[in-house]
Amino acid sequence: MMIYVVMGFLWLALLLYLVMGGADFGAGIIELFTSNANKSRTRKIMYNAIGPIWEANHMWLIIAIVILFVGFPVIYTTMSTYLHIPLVIMLMGIIARGTALTFRNYDAVTDNMQRVYNKIFVYSSFITPLFLGIIAGSAVSGRIDTGATDFLSAYVYSWLNLFSVAIGFFTVALCGFLAAIYLIGEANDETETKSFIRKARFMNIAAVVAGGLVFIASIEEKIPLVEWVFGSIIGVLAVSAASISLMVMWYLIVKGKRFIIRILAGFQVTMILLTTTYKHYPNIVILKNGGYLSLIADRGADKAIEGLGIALLVGSLFILPALGYLIYSFQRKDKGDVAEH
Amino acid sequence: MDNFMAARSQMALSLGFHIIFSCIGMVMPFFMAVSHFMYLKTHNPIYRNVTKAWSKGVAIFFATGAVSGTVLSFELGLLWPTFMKHAGPIFGMPFSLEGTAFFIEAIALGFFLYGWGRFNKWFHWFTGVVVGVSGLASGILVVAANAWMNSPSGFDLVNGKYTNIDPIKAMFNPAWFSQALHMSVAAFAATGFAVAGVHALMILRKRNVDFHTRSFRIAAIFGVVAAILQPLSGDISAKMVAKRQPAKLAAMEAHFKTEPYSPLIIGGIPDVKNKKVDYALELPGMLSFMVYDDFKTPVKGLDQIPLADQPPIAVTHYAFQLMVGLGMAMMALGVIYLIALVKKKSWFTKRWFLKLFIAATPLGFIAVEAGWTVTEVGRQPWIIQGVMRTADAVTPMPGIGYSFYLFTAVYFTLSIAVTFLLYRQIKMVPVLYDNAEPLTH
Repeated sequence: MMIYVVMGFLWLALLLYLVMGGADFGAGIIELFTSNANKSRTRKIMYNAIGPIWEANHMWLIIAIVILFVGFPVIYTTMSTYLHIPLVIMLMGIIARGTALTFRNYDAVTDNMQRVYNKIFVYSSFITPLFLGIIAGSAVSGRIDTGATDFLSAYVYSWLNLFSVAIGFFTVALCGFLAAIYLIGEANDETETKSFIRKARFMNIAAVVAGGLVFIASIEEKIPLVEWVFGSIIGVLAVSAASISLMVMWYLIVKGKRFIIRILAGFQVTMILLTTTYKHYPNIVILKNGGYLSLIADRGADKAIEGLGIALLVGSLFILPALGYLIYSFQRKDKGDVAEH
Repeated sequence: MDNFMAARSQMALSLGFHIIFSCIGMVMPFFMAVSHFMYLKTHNPIYRNVTKAWSKGVAIFFATGAVSGTVLSFELGLLWPTFMKHAGPIFGMPFSLEGTAFFIEAIALGFFLYGWGRFNKWFHWFTGVVVGVSGLASGILVVAANAWMNSPSGFDLVNGKYTNIDPIKAMFNPAWFSQALHMSVAAFAATGFAVAGVHALMILRKRNVDFHTRSFRIAAIFGVVAAILQPLSGDISAKMVAKRQPAKLAAMEAHFKTEPYSPLIIGGIPDVKNKKVDYALELPGMLSFMVYDDFKTPVKGLDQIPLADQPPIAVTHYAFQLMVGLGMAMMALGVIYLIALVKKKSWFTKRWFLKLFIAATPLGFIAVEAGWTVTEVGRQPWIIQGVMRTADAVTPMPGIGYSFYLFTAVYFTLSIAVTFLLYRQIKMVPVLYDNAEPLTH
């Protein structure tokens, strides 16, 4: 029974990392695509928006990884062995981004160093989700070859393929999209609002294009993605719900709504994750030899799952209310000045 | 570079880097909470400014510690997949709880850093305390996981299979308490002396003397009390090591020969080939006394441990001597501080007094690094004491050497960047935190 609690938390942690961490990465991606003239203003709005919760946004990754290594050690170690290289690149991105963001806000002197921090921040904001996407794509692309004897097929072709890379770009576009939608509500005036709406439109188109590429790549690489997505009633429903909510969202944006659209954007990402994970549940890694690594069959010892489940349940009693209150407190922009800290 | 050595070096580098940031990140919030409390009680704006200045330091160290900790949670699998495959479910319990503690810390830090003037002042103060308490809890939990590697428990190894897994028993393994106590006290001592040293330097240079004196007092008292208590926890630790890891103790002491009235060997150069220690100070019977509380009982020496199960002796011995030596120096300085506090108030402004504390700035952290060297190198050749060898746990992927060079470059750059940032924070104290103008809240 506890295994379902643990799996639920794993899915939730991935979802929240994708939505909250994703919007966070997206802020940097948007900065990358902002003209120099508007960069510093965009940066200020973004920092005010993400500053108080940015550390918390990235805790979801740690929760997910701990669930994997305690509850599903075979899955954790197989992925970390065969996807070693993209994982290291992703880690470099995490290090660079986390420190650059902190350094640029806590450097007591404002000078040319800010440009260095900014450069590192925006590029790592792009690279980290790109490789997160590549890793996620590689898990299901069926290219992980546990029997490989040469370096390239064991450690490089496991992730360097069209499908995984396309998913990487799709993830980047999703992050940018989430951030743009979020920032519409943070804009201070009409010009800023318009600018973020424009960015949201750009990111939305980018996501659709990247999503198309994912499907093309899946056909090219003979990965039954179409069957996974449209092969079940849940998949079809989720895709329809996401599409409808996307249309509703754009209608509301035009109507001048600023906050409800965040929920709709989050809902769309939830549906995407649901569609892509539902069909091959409980398998989360597909191997080249046709085998699977399954959350059920490859779970750790029962006692470990039990302890993990209890820790997660008890932990969430503390975390969720505190996190909710943190987000709620800093939503109310009018009270206090965020810049003064 | 040999793959195995590269993996070990990368792990050592990552842990060595992370430990500094996590110590500061878990201890400084307590300093902050004290000065914040003083501000709320006395309304002296200097205390508010000290709190704010420290909170910037905490933010920098926390963020760096958070990313280096994230990296470590991946590196366990990237470098030691065979270890994690078996150990993950057994020693995972403290990590599961640590996830929560760390998360709470991140949330509380968000409240604290951005909460000035937004919340009830005591709620705001409380969030700062939560940062410290949850940080300390994280530290204790992670050390408990490490203690399991030194004193594995909570499972049975039957025909190479790990069965009867009991994660709670694994978490509360025999060494968890002694190690967690020793490390927590060490974190307070190291951070206290490091922070006090920096402020002492500024006092000596006559910069914002009132601001730095108040900061110095708060940091120093934490460091001093911890340094004086540390030998006690060290004794508990050493007895545990003697019981569970005789090879480690023998290497720490460069204790080659098992005999009654085992001597305590201080300093010296271990001559591994001829199984003796040159130029050392030997105190007969003292090792027996420290381990068994009587002078006669022989302590197991390296002669009773198969060569294949012996850790590198010289490194372990030097690291241990260094740690103890620095610990003693800090304790002595601690006693001087207490004398000043109780009897000789005038010492506080004396140049020699300040200079001693400036000199002591890095000592605690050097001792922490040396202590971890003893723990980790002293456990070799095992990754799980007596159960799994480190060489059997390493990743099959070749070319880890390149990864090691990459991590070295990144951590080296980060160290410089953090030092640079702290330097600028301290340099800007007169402008940002302690200008002469009257301050209003």
